[in-house]
Amino acid sequence: MTELLEVVLRLALILVAFLTLPLLVGQAEHKAMAHMQSRLGPMYAGGFHGWAQLVADGVKFAQKEDLVPAAADRTVFKLAPAVGLIPYLVVLVAIPVAPGRVAQELDAGIFFVIAVMGIGVLGSLMAGWASANKYSLLGGLRSAAQLMAYELPFLLAAASVAMAAGTLSLSGIVEAWEPWWLLWQLPGGVVFFIAGLAELQRPPFDMPVADSEIIFGAYTEYTGLRFALFLLAEYVGIVVLAALTTVLFLGGWKGPFDTALGGAPGVVWTLVKIFALSFVVIWLRVSYPRLREDQLQRLAWQGLVPVALGQLALTGVVAVAIS
Amino acid sequence: MKMPGLVKGLAVTLGTMGRRSVTQQYPDVKPELPPRSRGVIALLEENCTVCMLCARECPDWCIYIDSHKETIPAPEGGRERQRNVLDRFDIDFSLCMYCGICIEVCPFDALFWSPEFEYSELDIRDLTHGKDRLGEWMQTVPPPPAHDEHGVRAKEVDAARKAADKALEQ
Repeated sequence: MTELLEVVLRLALILVAFLTLPLLVGQAEHKAMAHMQSRLGPMYAGGFHGWAQLVADGVKFAQKEDLVPAAADRTVFKLAPAVGLIPYLVVLVAIPVAPGRVAQELDAGIFFVIAVMGIGVLGSLMAGWASANKYSLLGGLRSAAQLMAYELPFLLAAASVAMAAGTLSLSGIVEAWEPWWLLWQLPGGVVFFIAGLAELQRPPFDMPVADSEIIFGAYTEYTGLRFALFLLAEYVGIVVLAALTTVLFLGGWKGPFDTALGGAPGVVWTLVKIFALSFVVIWLRVSYPRLREDQLQRLAWQGLVPVALGQLALTGVVAVAIS
Repeated sequence: MKMPGLVKGLAVTLGTMGRRSVTQQYPDVKPELPPRSRGVIALLEENCTVCMLCARECPDWCIYIDSHKETIPAPEGGRERQRNVLDRFDIDFSLCMYCGICIEVCPFDALFWSPEFEYSELDIRDLTHGKDRLGEWMQTVPPPPAHDEHGVRAKEVDAARKAADKALEQ
């Protein structure tokens, strides 16, 4: 009975994190982006500096009509937002936030996480194919091309850490992590983060939804709640990517001060790192223009893949040298 | 030191975030207008002699003036005098292009710029302000800004000073 209660409690916590963290990131994006462009951002909703803007947006989305184009493949069209969103919820289950604090400890956690994250992109592929719209189709195909190109460096970079730690368990990787890995795994970390950004189709890698040329890519035909689900998926994706980068490359719950010596508890360190990385995601979005499709492919194949392979070799050599 | 473009981009956005944003929260916070802002034209009716210069110089013909002559009874040992009485002084702000020529040309300082700008109307006809409304704007006319310390002095000042110096020498 207590076991069941604990599982329910853990899942409830995951759900709360799933629903609140993306909103925090979204609000932070509203405000940070505005101030980076010398604007104020939302100021009215909720009274104090527009803190309730995303709540208001949610209410607006919920009120909108749920439209399905006449020529669309109805089932697939309706299913796509869920396929885009749920994988991220599932990934959250496997991410450790503190020693022993993980909803479900998995021995092959890193495999699980990366496999499931790949499914998320299928959502926009399905949306693109099912919409019966040329722009959606183009967006969907670009999503597919981007997924193909960036999944490889993403995987290779993650594999490098797993090799270094000698385990596939996410908690195990954090346990094995030491501060000097920041330098050792730096190229891998950068590749992982950039490839993750590209998989989330965040600017500057938002070619699949490039609004100035293909309207909104795969999501063109979506309205109301289904569209909101896609948006939510993007922000959960940011949280998940930041959390994964934290766990794999930044030492997860380990902080510069030991908990026993009066340092902050592990959860705080994890959250601080996640929010710092989320800020970087926003920062990159504001600073860089969108990459063209060919530049995007070139960056993946000629930039990230060789760096990731080099990191893998380096990790192998150093790992053997240490042992 | 030359920064790579990618780093410079990040530095620019971060720097901008640290600075105050330029957004003005207009309806909540009134804007700080520069001196001599041209918001609306105010009329000081007592100074108007119905010389019609403003109406004639107005490029848009948006000033409408009506008047009649009034005879002031002769004081002891004098003769009767006539004076102009202003009946109507309308400015149609839907035509006005805010050039300020009427104010420049007025020889008796009857017209002034006021910085007030919130007088939009739902009906275009209401943008024609009569002399009462134009008179009300007088209360919003700010005192003229002080002269620039380093500006060129008025010729009159120099002439007067020269004359005073000369008088002192003698």
